[in-house]
Amino acid sequence: MAETVKHEQTLPSHPEKATLEGKNKFLGFWFFLGGETVLFASLFGTYLGLRNGVADGPTSADLFHLDLVFIMTMLLLTSSLTSVFAMINMKKGNFKGLIIWMWATVFLGVCFLGFEIYEFVVYVNYGLGFTTSAFASSFYTLVGTHGGHVLFGILWISTLLIRYRKAGVTLTNAPKFYVASLYWHFIDVVWVFIFTVVYLMGV
Amino acid sequence: MDPHVTDPSAPLKGKPSKKAERQLAREGKQQIISFVFMIFLTSIAFLTVASDTIPNRFAIPFILIIAGVQVVMQLYYFMHLNERGNGWTNIMLWTGFFVAALTVATLMLLIGVTKY
Repeated sequence: MAETVKHEQTLPSHPEKATLEGKNKFLGFWFFLGGETVLFASLFGTYLGLRNGVADGPTSADLFHLDLVFIMTMLLLTSSLTSVFAMINMKKGNFKGLIIWMWATVFLGVCFLGFEIYEFVVYVNYGLGFTTSAFASSFYTLVGTHGGHVLFGILWISTLLIRYRKAGVTLTNAPKFYVASLYWHFIDVVWVFIFTVVYLMGV
Repeated sequence: MDPHVTDPSAPLKGKPSKKAERQLAREGKQQIISFVFMIFLTSIAFLTVASDTIPNRFAIPFILIIAGVQVVMQLYYFMHLNERGNGWTNIMLWTGFFVAALTVATLMLLIGVTKY
């Protein structure tokens, strides 16, 4: 350890936590994720309570297609892996690798979002508007909030990538990329519950 | 400029130490294994539901357990909760999950039992 940190410009083994600011970002972000967990729990609880209230509209069994959801799940799981690769490259000081794998993550996220928009358009054409039934409202709110988080993640990571495109791995941007990748994994965790609780239990 | 003055926006030079390099290689291997395992679990969950032979009474708890395992793998291998010195982050997240579980149970009972 001692020989790697002669002065601050050499690569520490954890550049994302080498400064106090980086450590605080990391801790603060987990506080935020604890709160996000509760936000999504409220939406999940509401959905589970209302999912049989279909009024005269279509039911979940009429609408859901597992093949589409399976593709979306694979896209999001793979994007979690690419952002892990980005973090490994960052810790190795390989900035190019970090940028490439992060862009791959963004690309997979955009594909996922495209599928989700397509899915919603199909459902609306099938007669499931936001106000059709209690099921419809709670479904669109839960899945839409997750989709909104994906969109926010895409914008966040692309902004970082564009802003720091030539900066190299620094003590300023390492914590920022690290926290963004934590956020992305969290989105994936929420999706695991969505495909299980909403889609698999709804077919 | 004095090289000892910290400039956080200067690119970090040099390679990680041999020890850190080995640690990263091990971490990477663990992450690829957990990714493959997660894909496997997801496929099992989809197959369980897609094949109509398995009754719901068994299938629903089963896919929920699979989801739980996947989440723990994400948190500990991908989000580094297994690293040392993460006591507070672990406490924060599991408090979140505890409150979340209560919220889900409460909302399900409140809305589901009174029936809109």
